[in-house]
Amino acid sequence: MNATNRTVVVTGIGATTPLGGDSASTWEAMLAGQSGVSSLDQDWAAELPVRIAAQAAVDPSEIIPRPQARKLDRSAQFALIAAREAWADAGFTAKAGEDPSVDPDRLGTVIASGIGGVTTLLGQYDVLKEKGVRRVSPHTVPMLMPNGPSANVGLEVNARAGVHTPVSACASGSEAIGYAIEMIRTGRADIVVAGGTEAAIHPLPIAAFGNMMAMSKSNDDPQGASRPWDTARNGFVMGEGAGVIVLESAEHAAKRGARVYAEAVGQGVSADSHDIVQPEPSGNGIAKALRNLLDSNDLDPAEIVHVNAHATSTPQGDLAELKALRKAFGDDTDHMAISSTKSMTGHLLGGAGGVESVATILALYHRVAPQTINIENLDPEIDVDIIRDEPRKLPVEGRIAALNDSFGFGGHNVVLAFRSV
Amino acid sequence: MAATQEEIVAGLAEIVNEIAGIPTEDVQVDKSFTDDLDVDSLSMVEVVVAAEERFDVKIPDDDVKNLKTVGDATSYILKHQS
Repeated sequence: MNATNRTVVVTGIGATTPLGGDSASTWEAMLAGQSGVSSLDQDWAAELPVRIAAQAAVDPSEIIPRPQARKLDRSAQFALIAAREAWADAGFTAKAGEDPSVDPDRLGTVIASGIGGVTTLLGQYDVLKEKGVRRVSPHTVPMLMPNGPSANVGLEVNARAGVHTPVSACASGSEAIGYAIEMIRTGRADIVVAGGTEAAIHPLPIAAFGNMMAMSKSNDDPQGASRPWDTARNGFVMGEGAGVIVLESAEHAAKRGARVYAEAVGQGVSADSHDIVQPEPSGNGIAKALRNLLDSNDLDPAEIVHVNAHATSTPQGDLAELKALRKAFGDDTDHMAISSTKSMTGHLLGGAGGVESVATILALYHRVAPQTINIENLDPEIDVDIIRDEPRKLPVEGRIAALNDSFGFGGHNVVLAFRSV
Repeated sequence: MAATQEEIVAGLAEIVNEIAGIPTEDVQVDKSFTDDLDVDSLSMVEVVVAAEERFDVKIPDDDVKNLKTVGDATSYILKHQS
């Protein structure tokens, strides 16, 4: 095996989501079909057309001490919590260098968010207006910069091979993991901590997304609001949190005897170049990313048994993705059990690719895929196998693969493939 | 009424506790903000702004670099408070 085509595996997972404060509780809630969506009862939400969101199950203030938390945007706090879990889960006992099994010069981080430190930016603007220039926090810039979460996690684990932040709206988390896989494949790093994070539950982003008519306004039914592929779907529900994984060269993982959750096979990428926010309705752009996945990786569509779809519960996007799967995979689509965990977590924007990669990896590891909740009437245009009502057992024997789809405003399409080991 | 040296040290201890989480009893005149009290360069700006408000004193940016210890800050405030 040469240094430009090394096998990459997943050796650690971590998450903090609307369903739970770690990956285990999140996974358990997914299999139980729970919704993480609730009413926004804060005063600032009273006048908004959208008054529901999927707020973090465990507030980061319960985990991170205040002296540290006041220097970290909420998105960086989520990333740090998920990264710490993933790092410990991978079997590391201290940061790189102090734990002799990790060389800091061979360790990277790639953690993305779609929007960055938006609550910091807006909160400090309020301080500027209300209390004056002198009171604006000197920590504002490192808190609001989108690379802040990646840089803070990099400091935490002592990463010196590279600290990166690809930004592609709601595809950001998956793009980060794809970038991390490439870093290891091409020999630039042996281990990369990668994922996505988001914390944008604030009146301005909610008003803005709401005015785009992109969000569900089912304020009287929070838990039923996120309903991908149901005929009554009416937009996404904003979520917050982070999902982070530890990626490692198979060789490095084997040498230290690490537990391996799955192989990270690779990514497929394309751009719609159709509209700044509308998905290309035929699914051609997404199909191109799926074909790119097959062309540029050692992956047989016959192996793919599960897809964690992007499906955000919007009328157009949910269908375009399914059309694309059919276009790219033809009859092979029939053996793919497809679900949208956003029906439970809401849409974590840049965090989605991280959290949904964690779900996809756990589905392979435990050989069971979570369901899509809230489908009362399946859209009649759908001709693929949607997992609904209860989790689906995946084949217990043989090598199986699963995909995590993520798409973002701007026409970004990123598909990640993982495979059982 | 101007604050006494003792009041200034106690006030700085509360500020450092709020910003860096250091117990107030550890904030003594001989302690360095950066080396002993976990106050990094950006947090030092916060300490200065909080001290300005609390003790009604102006501390220009150019003078901040000379305030290395709690004692330095205390003397500065004693001398410049209005």
